[in-house]
Amino acid sequence: MKFKLEPKRLIQIHNLMVKSRILEERLIRMYKQNDGYFWIGGPGEEAFSVPLGLQVNKGMGIDHDFLHLHYRSLPIMMSMGAEPIDSMRQMKSTATDPYSGGRNFANHYSKRDWNVVPVSSTIETQYVTAVGTAIAQTKKGCKGITIVNGGDAGTSEGDFASALIWSSRPALQLPMLMIVTNNEIGISTPLRYQFGGSFVSDRARSFGIEQMVINGNDVEECWQGIQEAMKYVREERKPFVVEARVSRLYGHSSASGANLVPGEVDSLVIFEKKLEETKIMTRAQMDKVREDYTASMLELSKQVKNEPMPSGDTIYDHVYYGQKGRYW
Amino acid sequence: MANMAQAIRMALHYGEQNLGLEHIFGEDVGPPLGGVFTCTQGLTKTWNSPLDERGIVGAAIGLSFANTRCVAEIQFCDYIYNTIDLLKLGGMSTWATNGDWPSPFTIMTPVGAGIRGSIYHSHSFDAMMTHIPGFKIVMPSNPLDAYGLMLACLKEQNPTMYMKPKALLRVEGEDQIPGEPPLTAEGKKQLKEMIDAPLGDRSAWKPKWPNLTDYTVEIGKGKIVHSGDQVTIVTYGRHVLMARDVAVQLAAEGISVEVIDMRTLWPYDWAMISGSILKTKRVIFLNEDTEVTNFGEHLLRRTIEEHFYILHARPRLLAGAFVPGVGLADNLEMASVPQMNDIAQACREIIAEQP
Repeated sequence: MKFKLEPKRLIQIHNLMVKSRILEERLIRMYKQNDGYFWIGGPGEEAFSVPLGLQVNKGMGIDHDFLHLHYRSLPIMMSMGAEPIDSMRQMKSTATDPYSGGRNFANHYSKRDWNVVPVSSTIETQYVTAVGTAIAQTKKGCKGITIVNGGDAGTSEGDFASALIWSSRPALQLPMLMIVTNNEIGISTPLRYQFGGSFVSDRARSFGIEQMVINGNDVEECWQGIQEAMKYVREERKPFVVEARVSRLYGHSSASGANLVPGEVDSLVIFEKKLEETKIMTRAQMDKVREDYTASMLELSKQVKNEPMPSGDTIYDHVYYGQKGRYW
Repeated sequence: MANMAQAIRMALHYGEQNLGLEHIFGEDVGPPLGGVFTCTQGLTKTWNSPLDERGIVGAAIGLSFANTRCVAEIQFCDYIYNTIDLLKLGGMSTWATNGDWPSPFTIMTPVGAGIRGSIYHSHSFDAMMTHIPGFKIVMPSNPLDAYGLMLACLKEQNPTMYMKPKALLRVEGEDQIPGEPPLTAEGKKQLKEMIDAPLGDRSAWKPKWPNLTDYTVEIGKGKIVHSGDQVTIVTYGRHVLMARDVAVQLAAEGISVEVIDMRTLWPYDWAMISGSILKTKRVIFLNEDTEVTNFGEHLLRRTIEEHFYILHARPRLLAGAFVPGVGLADNLEMASVPQMNDIAQACREIIAEQP
């Protein structure tokens, strides 16, 4: 079976998938070597997240896409051009961590220059903050859209329903691409204990919202699905729900061990097999990509070990915007 | 002679015209109602949201991320409790990102008792809200401050909580808002005709706004509304008026009371409060929220830590009873939140106490 995407694009996607996977595995190692207090991330979601990140209209302000991500979004950030060392800095809680200055968990991104709003550990609140950026983007002539992602378990929260309600009102339909990455488990609770329907995205039908379910382990299906959904949201200025069925390769987080889970489908293995079969890349080429990233990530993690930790006397900084030191 | 609801409306109009205010929304905030207390009648940027408080607060946070100025209303603070994690999220966005994201949005909500609002229209929110860092929190006690504090919120780069003492929303001011008609009976009538929507069908009605100008009350600055030298009452919202009336009443008994209107709860004007305590050496913290883990308790703690050895009497907290709600019957509400006789009695007792 052949690919529809150009070889150049496929090689780029492969590179970013490997980069993301190796980085996540390095973050897990850092945690296990006491170079971080907690790991949570998204290995297993690369086949969906890399095509998403590559199709984002990146930039600052309402003419670019806003991203309300959750903590399994590392491949999206890597595809947008984030530096791996910055993820390690956040894992190590260094003062140089550009996302939170050592204040937040790994994979809790924030990048104002790219409209990546602060990732919060609170499940699903990103769906209601996304409503706000989408309202701003209803302004006449605005080109950007709002992209929000979260997991299947989080859709039990009322905030998911809020996003469906607010985005689909005839009086003010919102340009929102709502993504549910469905790995069929919430921390330790299987989907059958959380949800009774066949697909989470079926809920969108009740609101007249367009929706699709895609195999999140298939790179091309993800690319095409995201492309189609984004085109609809950009042009129609209406919401769209995409449910991607994905894997969770290392469990929920370091709290559950962060060990490889047997039996989970690995999208990278599938993709590499197909790249090899279609002669887009050889096994040796793919191994080289992996080896290079493994070596470079190791060096970066060594560098991060030597970077300064935040000083305790900075705890009051930025309680208010631009404020330094104790404020009362 | 605008009342507080009119003052807020005029401030929002000024914000629409001059401060880039693009969205004013909440339940029944837009036409035809213009807010259950009429604070948003006749404005151009108003719209009605779904009955979804979490959606309202979330949308406000998101709008701030998009650098789009908004004021979002929670119809009564009694309904804001299911948004507390979102308020926490809004309050921490700048801090959690080490200063990367400013988050300028304003939530306004009516607070407190005084209108016989029963259990779910009488709650206070100042104790809860002052536990959420990152917000600047204001509560006016008169129309001019209501105007000036709203303009201050609309100029902020931080999230602001604008608490409206609902019992004062129909109370007329003693000071002229810059641009409003003269403070006369004729001026009052004129203003009403200009900016109050008519009863019944108002689909064709448009307000005629006065030529309003800037007047900003600096956030973090209190005001001494009655000078005295024997006891300080530190308060805010509707109890400012009650404390001031008590101060006038007690002057006839030879008791000199200083009343401070905090106006801003965070960051608060400790310099003013502290200065007054150093002068009077007796202080009562007064508000109507429930007394346990009350914001006044924090002020009382700070008073003890910084001024313990100069005090001539035990500092007091006079606050609402620690009960689940304010009961509807007249006697129940009166017994639940401090009344004028309670304030007067507390003043007499603290004056009588000798070190």
